[in-house]
Amino acid sequence: MSRSNALLVKGNEAIGMGAIEAGCQFYFGYPITPQNDIPEFMSRHLPEAGGSFLQAESEIASINMLMGAAATGARVMTSSSSPGISLKQEGISYLCGSQIPGVIVNMSRSGPGLGGISPSQGDYFQATRGGGHGDYRTIVLAPHSVQECYDLTMRAFDLADRYRNPVMVLGDALLGQMKEPLKPRKHRGRAVDKDWVLTGARGRKPRLLKSLYLSEGELTKHNWMLHRKYRSMRREVRFESVGVEDAKLVVVAFGSVARILKNSVSMAREQGMAVGLFRPITVYPFPQAALRKLAGRVERFMALELSTGQMVEDLELAVGPGTVDFYGRPPGSIPSPDELYREIRKVYRKRIR
Amino acid sequence: MKQVFKRPKSLADVPFHFCPGCHHGTIHRLVAECIDRFGLQERTIGVASVGCSVFLYDYFAVDVLEAPHGRAAAAATGVKRARPDDFVFTYQGDGDLAAIGTAEIIHAANRGERITVVFVNNAVFGMTGGQMAPTTLLAQQTTTTPFGREETVNGYPIRMTEIMAQLTGTAYVARCAVDTPKNLMRAKKSLQKAFEVQVENRGFGFVEFLSACPTNWKMTPQQATTHVTEVMIPYYPLGVYKEEKKGS
Repeated sequence: MSRSNALLVKGNEAIGMGAIEAGCQFYFGYPITPQNDIPEFMSRHLPEAGGSFLQAESEIASINMLMGAAATGARVMTSSSSPGISLKQEGISYLCGSQIPGVIVNMSRSGPGLGGISPSQGDYFQATRGGGHGDYRTIVLAPHSVQECYDLTMRAFDLADRYRNPVMVLGDALLGQMKEPLKPRKHRGRAVDKDWVLTGARGRKPRLLKSLYLSEGELTKHNWMLHRKYRSMRREVRFESVGVEDAKLVVVAFGSVARILKNSVSMAREQGMAVGLFRPITVYPFPQAALRKLAGRVERFMALELSTGQMVEDLELAVGPGTVDFYGRPPGSIPSPDELYREIRKVYRKRIR
Repeated sequence: MKQVFKRPKSLADVPFHFCPGCHHGTIHRLVAECIDRFGLQERTIGVASVGCSVFLYDYFAVDVLEAPHGRAAAAATGVKRARPDDFVFTYQGDGDLAAIGTAEIIHAANRGERITVVFVNNAVFGMTGGQMAPTTLLAQQTTTTPFGREETVNGYPIRMTEIMAQLTGTAYVARCAVDTPKNLMRAKKSLQKAFEVQVENRGFGFVEFLSACPTNWKMTPQQATTHVTEVMIPYYPLGVYKEEKKGS
């Protein structure tokens, strides 16, 4: 790939650039480290692109402003980091219940509580299970490079509109802060016809966006309808696999840790170990079918996460119990490729004959 | 024969579900009359809140977004920013606006959002069955203040209209009641002003309505309306608290 027209930008900036390229018209947010480059970028560049930026009084207000603007059909984004994303959960649940699209970026920091500002993957459960109340799901895209921060943010807008559902981009402090070459590309997504938007009832019947259903059986029906929609999202599954064809041990990781692992896996390969890498790009829907298929011919799986173990549960559900090892690194430090290589070697020596 | 009274066009032709003697129905009607008066029905987006007034969308023949509890002013901010030429109003009770939604209402007002807020204060959580609201009067018995509201425990009834009038972003702020024909006519005028400041892009419009809740006050409709006159109004004085003159 020619790098001639590549820009050197932070992951956070790439998210802002991707959003504007995808036609984001409104951004609402509240400052929190380590994602402040996103609101800062949007405050400068969104108005230039004809959109508007508004700094809200809280994350709660931000997500509800997103709801209001998105209800009129606009493409809208908000971003935050872990504790702020917790505050948005009520709104995300309402967006799902009322079927209002929107893009929510979580450049996660560490918890629980105020935790710290170092990268973490401890928000995996919150993101993939639906951290708010009720039986809902959101598509969750997990970039592992600055380029993917750009590409997947654009994709998030298209998926949100396609499914009339919020879509989350799940990154972390590492991705947000690191600078890499980015090759911007044109957004090619097609505009979706929105026949549900609130634009004033001019020459048509009034419309209503709501999530309250009190009549007998009404909410049951609504939930089954949403369930069918969430199931249909399975066709959006995306993943990357490297060297899994002849692998005896497949390491599974998403986001920044997958990025570090790419080096560790190369090191293992150089040492003659048959190791492959499987990286879910959508963490919801999780690439269950692809992993199940691999389970037939791979001897062992190993999950690596910047937490004490969350995605590993999805991996075990996909490939079956008793075939998965785990290495977790709770937040507070970042593992080096060498460290992860040694962890892989440990498992390989113990499990692979 | 000249017709002197009819249902406003923007009010749907369905019976209200409200309890007998509740003032919501009257206030709904006043809002609908205003929508008609300014010819806004086809460009109005209402934001419903959580409480007895959540069913707003069953009664108003306009586009409606249902906001989470307390978040109507933030949701309305998003709507208005995206549709600056449309008319956006919220309709919120005292629990929604003065308890859980205090931050959202104050900041929307302070930004001078071009929205109109209808605040219905009946000094109690109505829909959930009569619990204490921030506006519950001292000594008033509710299901969570069974011995009456005590200032040492629960603090004081909050006067939102006075607070809103202090904010630079508000253009029109008034407190009204619909307990007597005279007050109703004044309320109608105030509501028109609160509509006008948005229509003329002058700022944030806010009208508080003192409202009766006979069911949770355990009163007859007549007693409840008299209670508004004799007990509510002395603590929550009626009047226009702020009116930015045109061009000021």
